Amino acid sequence: MATHSFILNGKQVSVDAEDDVRLLWVLRDLLGVTGPKYGCGLSVCKACTSHINGKAFNPCSVPVGDIKPSDEITTIEGLPATVGKDLHPMQQAWLDIDVAQCGYCQPGQIMAAVALVKEAKAAGREITDADLDGIRNVCRCGTYPRIREAIRQGAANMPA
Amino acid sequence: MVGYLIAAPTVVAAARFGLVTEQAKAAGLPTVQPVDHYDLSDILTEAALPTMGLLKVTVNPDGSASFDLPRAEVGQGITTACAMTIADEMELPVEKVHVTLADARPELVWNQLTGGSNSMHALYEPLRVAAAVARGQLVQAAADELDVLASQLSVKAGVITAPGGRTLSFADLAQKAAVTKTTAVTPKLKASSAQTVVGSDQRRIDALEAVTGRKQFAMDLQVPNALPTMLCRPPTINGHAVSVQNLADVKAMPGVTDVAIVEHNQFVQGGVAVRAKTFGQCIDAVRALKVTWAPGPVDGKSADDVAADLKKNELPLTPKLPGTTIEEVFTFHFRPGDPLETNCAVADVRSGSAEIWSSLKSPIWAKEQIATSLGIPPDKTTVHVTQGGGSFGRHLFCDAAFEAAWISKQLGKPVKLMWHRTDNFRHGRVHPMTTSRVRITHAGGNVLSFDQRHTCVATDFTQGIGDLLTSMDQSLPKQNSLQFSQTVFMLTANVPYNFGAVTQLLNEIYDFNTFNTSSVRNVYSPNVTTATELMVDRLAQSMGKDPLALRREFVRDDRLAAVLEKAASAGSWGRPMPAGTAQGIAIHKEYKGASACLVEIDCRPATVNRKVRDAYTGPRVTKVTHVVDVGLPINPLGIRAQIMGGIMDGIAQVLSYGLHLEKGAYLEGSWDNAFYTRQWNVPPEVNVIVMPPTTGKAGGVGEFGVGTSMAAVACAYGRATGKTPTSFPINHDGPLGFEPYPTSPPIPQSPTNGLENVS
Ligand code: FES
Ligand code: FES
Repeated sequence: MATHSFILNGKQVSVDAEDDVRLLWVLRDLLGVTGPKYGCGLSVCKACTSHINGKAFNPCSVPVGDIKPSDEITTIEGLPATVGKDLHPMQQAWLDIDVAQCGYCQPGQIMAAVALVKEAKAAGREITDADLDGIRNVCRCGTYPRIREAIRQGAANMPA
Repeated sequence: MVGYLIAAPTVVAAARFGLVTEQAKAAGLPTVQPVDHYDLSDILTEAALPTMGLLKVTVNPDGSASFDLPRAEVGQGITTACAMTIADEMELPVEKVHVTLADARPELVWNQLTGGSNSMHALYEPLRVAAAVARGQLVQAAADELDVLASQLSVKAGVITAPGGRTLSFADLAQKAAVTKTTAVTPKLKASSAQTVVGSDQRRIDALEAVTGRKQFAMDLQVPNALPTMLCRPPTINGHAVSVQNLADVKAMPGVTDVAIVEHNQFVQGGVAVRAKTFGQCIDAVRALKVTWAPGPVDGKSADDVAADLKKNELPLTPKLPGTTIEEVFTFHFRPGDPLETNCAVADVRSGSAEIWSSLKSPIWAKEQIATSLGIPPDKTTVHVTQGGGSFGRHLFCDAAFEAAWISKQLGKPVKLMWHRTDNFRHGRVHPMTTSRVRITHAGGNVLSFDQRHTCVATDFTQGIGDLLTSMDQSLPKQNSLQFSQTVFMLTANVPYNFGAVTQLLNEIYDFNTFNTSSVRNVYSPNVTTATELMVDRLAQSMGKDPLALRREFVRDDRLAAVLEKAASAGSWGRPMPAGTAQGIAIHKEYKGASACLVEIDCRPATVNRKVRDAYTGPRVTKVTHVVDVGLPINPLGIRAQIMGGIMDGIAQVLSYGLHLEKGAYLEGSWDNAFYTRQWNVPPEVNVIVMPPTTGKAGGVGEFGVGTSMAAVACAYGRATGKTPTSFPINHDGPLGFEPYPTSPPIPQSPTNGLENVS
């Protein structure tokens, strides 16, 4: 057992856990941060998608021992603060289009969408159909068409 | 129609209600089926009716209203629809109506079962009555207070205004208007023309919680000392644990607090339970266990063996009539029925009491069974219904709640029990493998007969729905899945065309618990409708007619005819399409509604063989136009969402989403094995059209989109490729698109290279 420290949603946290415990369980079971969801633990469903240093990743597939004290982990709970608002433009788009059904996949969908748009913007281009086709997040309720619509709207309202 | 004002500190109102049945119409070379007059929606509504008076709308001291909904919310949007119904009738803003999920309330008997897409069909009118009673009482109290006639007052957004502008809010009146004696009243309902909320697009009342991660599912609850718990499950379906060779070693693993064999019985599948500080350590422990397993009931059986058993048990067709005959047998393989949230429940069972949290569609049944099987008095057993991360019929079954309760009792500790995704695919409840033989005879421009012989692995209806059916028809023997199945089949299967003499018969094989099955979303209808509509296309070919023209000619229901026209025009039926692409059209009637779906598909090699990493691509549905008439649309925005979900299911079920049964186990173990629709399969254009109100009665929505969509996709595929597909999903018999996980250890380890895939 070791003490691990990292920046979680803007705050430095430390937690005792074996090195190989995947970050998802550290977040959910030890720190009580339940926005990232479990859907497979296999880096497949993407329900756990969160950000590390501003980029999307799957905490179900990262041992906590791989996380450095300076790493910034952002879960859905910390997303609004990254733009200094109560809601991130992507969350607002999700509300406007009424994307969620059961909602279980949606924290992961939104985190994946934000990273995707940031990546496209950094490359100086718009979101394409191929980008949207490449999103791996499963939505078993089948909200996919509204997700596509919301990403386009959210992208338009995200800073360049 | 009578309502009640209930003795309480604030205004509390309830409803009692009579039953209305619907007439169907037939014409031409007429087909009439019993289901035209009495269907599953009727039986479920009728069963719920006697205890409707126990549901209450409460006006809170702050002027808001509350309703503790005795149904499961699993994404289908009934909390929003209930809030809208109450808000409209009471003249309150929707956000001032709080809808929570009720704990199991046995006194509600059959009025706490979420199934058959029946919630709003059963609840809409009683909720209006209760809300109208509450509003009427508030208005009367305001009239007394302001010394005017109630009829002179107007109500808007929770504020009552008298001539001259004096106002009182619901908050001012909530306590003053309370009654000390429960009183019957006949409320005046709003005219439908005066409704402003019902029929309007409303966003979900829980959307903000969903997008901020604050929405709490069972596994998000913080119940003291309820540590993560998983079961190590057998290598084959319904095998069971005999002994563990390394129990002490596994118990000594980091984080692990408990390891114990859980017996296999009628309530729990059993296996070896592990409880640990984190689910990650549960996974490690499950993988480390060395267990001796006893075989399950289907060890050695593969899909081909089941197919052979189905074939042997097919019921005979009626004798052939003179005329032209077309006949085909369709095979529908096992397919998963699971939501994204895996089976899960929290349980805290102590000596003499139990508390359970889970997404349950038949919580009363769960409560009774848990209490009885654990020997705990029912009044000491509390069952909380949590928000569900999807269901699709899955949560009619209480497997996770039972397991959590048993394990908690056995360990003497609270547990947070969760299934691994791989377990969900391999040991979860599935849509049973099915064959459907259809024969149509036509002569002289008329269809003389339509026979359908549906043969399935038994669907388990024993939990909840089965009990309800037994209670409604005493002649049904208890625990006989075959009888329940026949009832559900009879009350849902229908042929919406004037096809002369129609027979649709079901036969089932195996005991209800040989395979783990459930009434997966839309139950029999997706397969029944797909087989039917594919044969209608074949009939059109045989009669030399256009598929739309033939359907127009023979459809035997005005509402279906209307949605068919709408779909055909909105979806531009018959527009020129390149070779290898085509349209398909299908209709279906159920849940007191009518639906039509027009699909365009691209089966050209460049599309079929497009590459996405670790993905099954295949033919792509490029456009869907789906039209529904649900009788009375309460929330069109929510209805469009549900139908959209049904479309995604329909696409998956035709093209890619199935299970391979091999030697007593399914090969699939993740979403990259079982190919549910993913973004690369999503049609670029999806247009769902909700027809204006027709019957004035709220029909079912949650399952409604599946069958019609599936049938339309299959028809489009058949027309694009020039060959009727007969085995579903169509990729089932092709090369396996993935490397199966081993069955021992039963679950795969989580990857460790997540930081290599940061994007
Ligand atoms: S739980 Fe992390 S990808 Fe599925
Ligand atoms: S909204 Fe239910 S899984 Fe996506």
